[in-house]
Amino acid sequence: MPRIFAYIVHRGGVVDDSAAELVAAAKKIDATVAPTAILTGSGPELETACSAVGSGFGEIWKVANAALAYPNAELVRQALVRVLPPGSIVLVNHDHFGIDLSPGLSIKLDSVFASDVLAIDGIEGNSLKLVRQEFGGQVNAHLRCDISSGAVINVRPGAFKPQANLPAAGAVVDKSSEVGTLVARRRYLETIVAEAGDVDITKHSVLVSIGRGIQEKDNVALAEELAEVLGAAVSCSRPVVDAKWMPKSRQVGSSGKTVKPKVYLACGISGAFQHLAGIKGSPFLIAINKNPKAPIFQVADVGIVDDLLEFLPELNNKARELRGVAAK
Amino acid sequence: MEILVCARRVPDASENEIELNIAGNDIEREEFVYSVNEADNYAVEEALQIRDRVGGNVTVVTVDGEEGEEILRRELAMGANQAALVSDEAFNGSDGEGVATILKAFVQKGHYHLILTGVQADDGAAQVGGMLAAMLDYPFASLVNSISVEEGKLKVSREIEGGNKEMNEIDLPCVLSIQTGINEPRYVGMRGIRQVASVPIPTSTAADLGVDHGAVGEAAAKVKRVDYFVPAASKGAEMLHGSREENADKVLELVAAKGGLK
Repeated sequence: MPRIFAYIVHRGGVVDDSAAELVAAAKKIDATVAPTAILTGSGPELETACSAVGSGFGEIWKVANAALAYPNAELVRQALVRVLPPGSIVLVNHDHFGIDLSPGLSIKLDSVFASDVLAIDGIEGNSLKLVRQEFGGQVNAHLRCDISSGAVINVRPGAFKPQANLPAAGAVVDKSSEVGTLVARRRYLETIVAEAGDVDITKHSVLVSIGRGIQEKDNVALAEELAEVLGAAVSCSRPVVDAKWMPKSRQVGSSGKTVKPKVYLACGISGAFQHLAGIKGSPFLIAINKNPKAPIFQVADVGIVDDLLEFLPELNNKARELRGVAAK
Repeated sequence: MEILVCARRVPDASENEIELNIAGNDIEREEFVYSVNEADNYAVEEALQIRDRVGGNVTVVTVDGEEGEEILRRELAMGANQAALVSDEAFNGSDGEGVATILKAFVQKGHYHLILTGVQADDGAAQVGGMLAAMLDYPFASLVNSISVEEGKLKVSREIEGGNKEMNEIDLPCVLSIQTGINEPRYVGMRGIRQVASVPIPTSTAADLGVDHGAVGEAAAKVKRVDYFVPAASKGAEMLHGSREENADKVLELVAAKGGLK
């Protein structure tokens, strides 16, 4: 069995929650393994993060280098290539950093790359069986990966449930001297924080959330009307922002806002995991979608298969009636 | 600037209900609506806008069978200067690394300063751009949502968590994977596509590009798809089967009951 590593994301000395999920994923490859944590960075923040690595890990490999103070994937990749033994299995969280790092890392390590993995179905010799989602979550696929020269596996956030009662993490091993000089032709400049929008969707208890199914900019008014009658706010999924029908500040998802409403009305939203990642606190989720196979119905509490552009006007009529009556 | 955009024809996930075939090992592809991958279309638009600002040429390339011509004509109608089809039986069954290997050979036949891909295809893995960059030893940035051209380099922003942007400087030549929403792709009508109907689209084979058959195709693929399956339903939604009116009433009742209406 090749050695299993987990690349640990940390910020300000705090280890990202995904670390525990990577342990869980490693144990699906080999139930007896305590994967090696590997952390890159510099200064006291890296020291703090190394000492904060949670249970379930074996050794903790520390790679300190001033050039790694900010996790520029180009530099992290160079460092990992110099430190990792040949044939390693490397687990990485499939976030904006993992997407940046892993495909190129697999080429430089001459190992196989598996992206956005949902489940690991075990290993037979050099063949690792994995599950991925395709077509926006409408179907899953089993993949076989040849790991005879190692593997880089990007793990979907939230897909592997952390286990309890694991032994404490092992000792910190300093690998910094193996890295040498790091130079990249891509340089990090700064992070620009998202602008606050006109409406703060994180503060509302009811969200009328619209997706691609709203079809045209003019139809957004249907959702706005409903939100106004219900005292709710209109939020949306990525395609609506991409089409410039609503501002970025209204987007729910991993690249948008994280919301915690009591009721979430998903209107014409297919239910991609990046969108669902932005919905926290288990709201009551009502989904309306014309595609009965839409993955949103897997996670919704109540579902309606209907054409949104027919259903919303009806819902608006009923809501006006209801609120009108209530006002008297 | 010489810009290459790698684009792909994909089944349009927003237009298709994906179902398994009878054997259960593949999806039913007979009735599929295909189109250019959404993120790739944004990449083409971005390339055209950069060309219009600083001059140069935009070439769109796809690795596909002859059906690939369909999307290449669409991108020509958008305004690309050239299109190229890379096609060979030997490429069938290639995994992401195989496709990147083919594209690398194509890139090395030309002189490109900037190579763009879409961030991910609907049936893809967000991998080819990063792999291609690593093979070429070019710098790479993923999830790019703005580009400005400077002397010998670009300033790009990457989409990171919470709608924040990570600003980077990247030297040319480089590879970028483009996130959807970076621009507003121009509309292409049937008339525009007809106007480019007779533009020749050269085809390159494995032999033309000097691609070793052993490095691509199904035999070389380290990742192989075994089968498709529909995920075992979790609890799933309680589906409402009433009339539209009844369903609307029920929704309002639920919103009120769950504490939504004050």
